Amino acid sequence: MDQLIYATEVLLNGLMTGVMYALVALGFVLIFKASGVFNYAQGVLALFAALTLVGIQQGQIPFAHMINAMFGTHLETFGWTVPSLVAILLTAMVMVVLAFLIEKLVLQHLVGQEPIILFMATIGLAYFLEGLGDVMWGADIKTLDVGLPQGISETIEGVTADWFGYGFFIDRLDLWATAIAAALVAALVAFAQYTKQGRAMRAVADDHQAALSVGISLRFIWVMVWSIAGFVALVAGIMWGTKSGVQFSLSLIALKALPVLMLGGFTSIPGAIVGGLIIGVGEKLFEFLIGPMIGGATENWFAYVLALIFLVFRPQGLFGERIIERV
Amino acid sequence: MIYREAGDFKTGYREDGQTFPIKLDRWAYYGVLAVAFGIIPFVINDYWASAVLVPFLIYAIAAMGLNILTGYAGQVSLGTGGFMAVGAYAVYKLMTAFPDVNIVIHILLAGFVTAFVGMLFGLPSLRIKGFYLAVATLAAQFFLVWLFNKVPWFYNYSASGQITAPERTFLGEAVTGPASSAPAKYLICLGFAFVLAWLARNLTRGMLGRKWMAIRDMDIAAEIIGVNPLGAKLSAFAISSFFIGVAGALLFAVYLGAAEVGEAFGINKSFLVLFMIIIGGLGSIFGSFAGAAFLVLLPVLLKNLLVGSLGWPTDLAAHLELMIVGALIVFFLIVEPHGLARLWALAKDKLRLWPFPH
Amino acid sequence: MTLKFTALVAAGLMAAAPAMADLVVPNLSYRTGPYAANGIPYADGFNDYFTLLNERDGGIGGERIQVPECETAYNTEKGVECYESLKGQNPLVMNPLSTGITYQLIPKVGFDGIPLYTPGYGRTSAKNGKVFEWVFNAPANYWDGASVAVKHILDQEGGDLNGKKIALVYHNSAYGKEPIRTLQELSEKHGFELLELPVDAPGQEQKSQWLQIRRDKPDYVIMYAWGVMNQVAIQEAVNIRFPMDHMIGIWWSGSENDVKPAGAGADGYKALTFHGVGQDYPLYDDMKTHVLDAGKASGAGDQVGTVLYSRGAYAALVIAEAIRKGQEVAGTSQISAAQLRDGFEALDITAERMDELGLPDFGQPVKLSCENHGGDGLARLQQWSASEEKWTLITDFIEPDEEVLAPLIAEDSAAYAAEAGVTERCN
Repeated sequence: MDQLIYATEVLLNGLMTGVMYALVALGFVLIFKASGVFNYAQGVLALFAALTLVGIQQGQIPFAHMINAMFGTHLETFGWTVPSLVAILLTAMVMVVLAFLIEKLVLQHLVGQEPIILFMATIGLAYFLEGLGDVMWGADIKTLDVGLPQGISETIEGVTADWFGYGFFIDRLDLWATAIAAALVAALVAFAQYTKQGRAMRAVADDHQAALSVGISLRFIWVMVWSIAGFVALVAGIMWGTKSGVQFSLSLIALKALPVLMLGGFTSIPGAIVGGLIIGVGEKLFEFLIGPMIGGATENWFAYVLALIFLVFRPQGLFGERIIERV
Repeated sequence: MIYREAGDFKTGYREDGQTFPIKLDRWAYYGVLAVAFGIIPFVINDYWASAVLVPFLIYAIAAMGLNILTGYAGQVSLGTGGFMAVGAYAVYKLMTAFPDVNIVIHILLAGFVTAFVGMLFGLPSLRIKGFYLAVATLAAQFFLVWLFNKVPWFYNYSASGQITAPERTFLGEAVTGPASSAPAKYLICLGFAFVLAWLARNLTRGMLGRKWMAIRDMDIAAEIIGVNPLGAKLSAFAISSFFIGVAGALLFAVYLGAAEVGEAFGINKSFLVLFMIIIGGLGSIFGSFAGAAFLVLLPVLLKNLLVGSLGWPTDLAAHLELMIVGALIVFFLIVEPHGLARLWALAKDKLRLWPFPH
Repeated sequence: MTLKFTALVAAGLMAAAPAMADLVVPNLSYRTGPYAANGIPYADGFNDYFTLLNERDGGIGGERIQVPECETAYNTEKGVECYESLKGQNPLVMNPLSTGITYQLIPKVGFDGIPLYTPGYGRTSAKNGKVFEWVFNAPANYWDGASVAVKHILDQEGGDLNGKKIALVYHNSAYGKEPIRTLQELSEKHGFELLELPVDAPGQEQKSQWLQIRRDKPDYVIMYAWGVMNQVAIQEAVNIRFPMDHMIGIWWSGSENDVKPAGAGADGYKALTFHGVGQDYPLYDDMKTHVLDAGKASGAGDQVGTVLYSRGAYAALVIAEAIRKGQEVAGTSQISAAQLRDGFEALDITAERMDELGLPDFGQPVKLSCENHGGDGLARLQQWSASEEKWTLITDFIEPDEEVLAPLIAEDSAAYAAEAGVTERCN
């Protein structure tokens, strides 16, 4: 009975973690759906967004280190701090500018190339942004605080303690992340269903050629999609950055999103969410119940093996579009 | 003017079908071999061997292996790091268990072990395709790394799980361990790279290679014309893993001398080798070498240029290095999406007509 | 064109030629990559101490010290590249701040005859100078750390650990696995139960480990973490309301970077250290005049006095003292790497000497010999005060349990000697 309660607690936490994974995966899916690009840089985008957010918030001078090294100056900060909300808005604007530049400088020149080439281009982009983020804002660890609460939720603990005699641990940050992710997905769905631009986006996702022929600007759609993905990356960056501080490792969360994508299918937003939940719960439960027997630290591979098993039965992922092959 | 095929007559099918049908190419090839085997071993020092040439040759072998799988057979794999770890740990176990057997035999055996493991993880490829397969091979990557980290038998129960290569000799010269000289390390890697490149080149233009390419271009169509997908895909996985296993064994035993699985054979290694073949050119042996050269040499070059010559702080240089590598990758893709190998081929085509283009 | 390019490439690949005649102490640092946040302060402290010696005293024994820096990004292959490129400059000693790179270099330095100094990290059994001629890991190593942590817990619990539970949360790598054997032995000796909880690098996600801790309720947590794993672990511990003063990190899990993101919750967190913290030492006055105010500080100059900065400076201090000793033993100021090894083996930093250096009670007395390359392995505890945002030393130096450690070190170094074919020296 005790084991069951513990397992339930792990399960709930797994669900919450799954939401965090889904948040990263969402960025991948958006870009893949609209442009067929598997965006390796999504993780670095999250890092870059979080670095920029902290930088703006704390009034850091961009490129200060480089300027100092070149001209022997001692610049560091502007000496002001920016309120979180304003900083988030400014960062979102930076991400839009970034999306525009990416389209202008990279994607535009690669229209009609094979997927693997576009994938490779995003790898180049990932390298570039990683270096740029460091040069702009410095490689030291930064504390990100936008006012999200952290720590155990006492309400839930109290309620569950009354019910089961054991208070469940749920992180308040995870609760917030879940709420924000839900709002984000709802907004995205509403955007895609009810606005002109959203419909154009879906049209492009459906068929580039046909979309072009009815007068939809592919370039505009791409900039828009990358901006949205940049914004999703910002949200993911805030969530993960609040937890662990903003630093290089933030870009590695992309690896957590890959099994989610595989499981859910590259082209499906509900897939990303359900996939995230399954992976989150699966890996947490496995580590918790089986892990201690085989030495632990199983989370990294278990997610992939789980996804692999699913794929053997459904090669296009749970919600992916059915792959129909013709000669 | 100089580089052309006019006047280079062939009188038999053998001659016509040789790897380098143009005389100048052939000479250049022999020239490169002569320099590589005849001159470099006498002038090489520790820095050139350890920082530049040995890693270049080892990565070229790994890149050839992955190119067979991805470039020729069309199966994208991100398990390279894991398979290299299999090669490394296999050679370590063999070296310590049978100290009297020649190291070259151990390295080859490590390749065979890896081939077997690769085939095992290649099985899902019969059902899963494209990017889905790429991510599925990550399961191999993470699982293998975890396994080598967790099971003490693999690292002979040492306290920290690190493996260290003991000294082994080949033809009386130490090739592993700290006492191995720069020329010895270089020559053994060169020997493997040369033989394996020759093997890869001839495999890929034979029946097996054509089967792989048929599968790559469209597997259903290939099946209809009589290519057995099971055989073709698994042979690609096996042979590719053999190359990668040998590369992993050399990386550990000759180049690094000691390794820790998560650090030396992590996911970054898989990506690095994949980048090499995409930058070098998919489906090209030359491309494997070019890509390996690009990604091994460029960082060293940039570092020495920025830190050594310009005297910039190392951190700034390292960050700029990342930016430059990234920008160059994008630049190359825009200029020539099919990699350095295609760029090279285009240059040769231009040279044929030079200086009188149409 | 091609020729020019080739020449440029060749020139670029050549390591820059060093200016001769100075003593060269390279700094294999990492200011990029996943562990940059830890690498930067350490490298700055290391550089600044030598800058201070150069500016204030004109070097050591009249010889200026050159500190060429090489970026490893905590990557073993880049570490090898750095080692090989620096080898051409006749370096006196290597200090890579990475257990992985250390393992890589141990056989190489033995062959090339360059001392390897790994304070508080690297291969523990290198303490045995009979086997590891060129490696020094004074003043303390991972096993000392584990033993001191357990001793501190013993103190807290009134000397009895029977039936207690101690969890080890560790970085799933060579570094994190080091203390397991020691802790297993200690758990047998003292009768506590040991829970091993590995976390895979980078350690961004540790929920299941901490839920296990919540379930199993260990009395103490000992942590061997590095990089982002530190911040996440402390945050998760705060989240599950694990009593922070029952959580003890190794010295690599005890810097300001690690506790600050967790905010007020991290108050009371303890970590081991083998040197003092903060800027309340006379040395920092000189540091301020000669280095910081003179604009010669390494990096951004904003790390002075932090834990890892102090550690970098302390590593530099021990090396500097060894150089001084080496000069004394060899009777020449222009010493070679082999003479520096002799200097290390004759090293004797007394408490008085630390006073002279402007760092009273900063570090323990270090006395090395041919057999003992690891010193006495004392360590003390520091505790984080979140309101003041600083570490305070809460114990004196505690001795590790040599009775348990000595046989383990003998065993591990014998295994290495057998594998690598080393014959024992100092006989």
